[in-house]
Amino acid sequence: MTNGHYGPYGGRFVPEALTAALDELDAAFRSAKEDSAFMQELRALERDYTGRPNPLTYAKRFSEHCGGARVYLKREDLNHTGSHKINNVLGQALLTQRMGKKRMIAETGAGQHGVATATAAALFGLECTVYMGLEDTRRQALNVARMKLLGAEVIPVTAGSQTLKDAINEAMRDWVASVDTTHYVLGTVTGPAPFPEMVRYFHSVIGIEAREQILGIEGRLPDAVVACVGGGSNAMGLFSGFMDDEQVILRGYEAGGDGVETGRHSARFSGGTPGVLHGARTYVMQDQWGQTAPSHSISAGMDYPGVGPEHAWLHDTGRASYEPVTDAEAMEAFAILSKTEGIIPAIETAHGLAGAMRIGKELGPDSVVIVNLSGRGDKDVATAARWFGIDLGSTVTNELSPEMREGR
Amino acid sequence: MTRHVSEAFAIAKSENRAALIGYLPAGFPNPELSVKLINAMVTSGVDIIEVGLPYSDPLMDGPVIQQAVDQALAAGTTTDVVLDIVKQVVDAGAIAVVMSYWNPIERYGVERFAAGLEAAGGSGVIAPDLTPEESGDWSVASDAHFVDRILMVAPSSTDARINAIVSVTSGFVYAASTMGVTGARTTVSSGAHDLVTRTRAATSLPIAVGLGVSTGDQAAEIAAYADGVIVGSAFVRRVLDAANDEAAIEAVSKLAQELAAGVRR
Repeated sequence: MTNGHYGPYGGRFVPEALTAALDELDAAFRSAKEDSAFMQELRALERDYTGRPNPLTYAKRFSEHCGGARVYLKREDLNHTGSHKINNVLGQALLTQRMGKKRMIAETGAGQHGVATATAAALFGLECTVYMGLEDTRRQALNVARMKLLGAEVIPVTAGSQTLKDAINEAMRDWVASVDTTHYVLGTVTGPAPFPEMVRYFHSVIGIEAREQILGIEGRLPDAVVACVGGGSNAMGLFSGFMDDEQVILRGYEAGGDGVETGRHSARFSGGTPGVLHGARTYVMQDQWGQTAPSHSISAGMDYPGVGPEHAWLHDTGRASYEPVTDAEAMEAFAILSKTEGIIPAIETAHGLAGAMRIGKELGPDSVVIVNLSGRGDKDVATAARWFGIDLGSTVTNELSPEMREGR
Repeated sequence: MTRHVSEAFAIAKSENRAALIGYLPAGFPNPELSVKLINAMVTSGVDIIEVGLPYSDPLMDGPVIQQAVDQALAAGTTTDVVLDIVKQVVDAGAIAVVMSYWNPIERYGVERFAAGLEAAGGSGVIAPDLTPEESGDWSVASDAHFVDRILMVAPSSTDARINAIVSVTSGFVYAASTMGVTGARTTVSSGAHDLVTRTRAATSLPIAVGLGVSTGDQAAEIAAYADGVIVGSAFVRRVLDAANDEAAIEAVSKLAQELAAGVRR
């Protein structure tokens, strides 16, 4: 099997009890990739269920805010369930069946991965449990309701910071005890091998489509492809299509929160150091003793102290670069895209859009930039309304938790 | 002079019993009291102390130990404090190993940690999330400083895997009794006996069984086939439930006595 390393990053740092399951998963993944029946089933699901290929939309009016660069949106928001997350989940759900397991568990931050997993579980008739930090269940109440409607059990995690990292801890604890019957559908390109490689593989369809589409429209490769980076799965999916095109700039945008200088952020490459978290060596926000430091972002899906190990390696080798985008910059981009293109993005995605505005100005008016529109913003309407001071009125307010009404 | 775990297993064997290994997080509920609690465990019959290094993301631990390490971290228990606590309990007569997730050791510096533990008189390290494949640097540093590398085997480990693990293990092999996280269970999995038998075929090192053990009866049951019995959450529970410091010391001592009697049945 592969050693699962990207330079010094990646690997497997897990309790021995999980080794057999990871070996089983690795073997199932490798045999499935070579199995034309499996791949045909996956491609058919992508086409008939997810709705792929999704468009590459030229954002004419948004481009005016990007230094005149021609900015294209890869429309993962148009996938069934509203984000890129479904690409990975359908692949892992097919693997769950292939391994003869009956139950899927998942962690979720913004709820998009949880919704996608609950969706696939419903489609395949599998049991589903989703772990979500209590703080995130409040920030993303709409997605909690969606998961429950889809038949999943949602367990709020009260440990630690009550966010994505704690949800991953809890999912791992479940998995150690249930591994005979349960597959852990990890939602991003991190965790122990083979997860980073496997999740990238299932998202590589994003980059493959985008490359073909831009060559068809522009007749040339883009100057840059950009994406938001929480764990980094949507970025890795897009980047993978252009990895070997060395002239194409790959740039990821992390959550700068209140500003990297305030310490309240999730910018691992600006404020983190190499360490081990959740089974992989990567860049981690940690203190001098190796204790995980609190992360912050207005966006639940970006609020994570680690990052995919391949991103760590791309950062060190210089093939990709990473910059922080503050909450305020992301919300500005959120508003601009909504008003210029009629597309309300997820707040995670808005970090990538802010990046497109920045890099477009850097590269100038003749440049071509692709930004991954990784998810739609319906789930974020309440957060955005609070940010922009929009009065939600009594009808809507009644559906919000007391904390939300108080504006917390 | 550091006393090693091998000494504790040799003594236990000469007395025709299993060794008793007790876990408590360093700095729980605060550094000063944790030293007193550990000393009480030793005087009440615990042969080897597992000093836990508190970590923010203990993904192999159940809620009881999570709560304890949160308290220890809040009380300011850094890696330097842990090494100081090891020194204090070793000076008081304990044979001590450190139980730590890998990141705090890597962050401290692998060589620096091994040297610091040797200087403190610590005997070994259990790192539950460090696999043989990732142990390269640690093997060099731990050998250089005479620190035992205690790795875990699990019921799901294949025989080939057990061979690979014991080949880089020293001191003793930690056999996880069950597939799950730490925490008391009413019965100890029958899979534990099978795992010990399979591990025994691969190594002459002592084999200790942990996860889920909390009573004298369970200790006696495991002592019938293993060389050591490991108890963690049950000690932590006693401290969490105690009304005050004296009650915590009393409760921990009583449990240690019950377990020590168990391994001698």
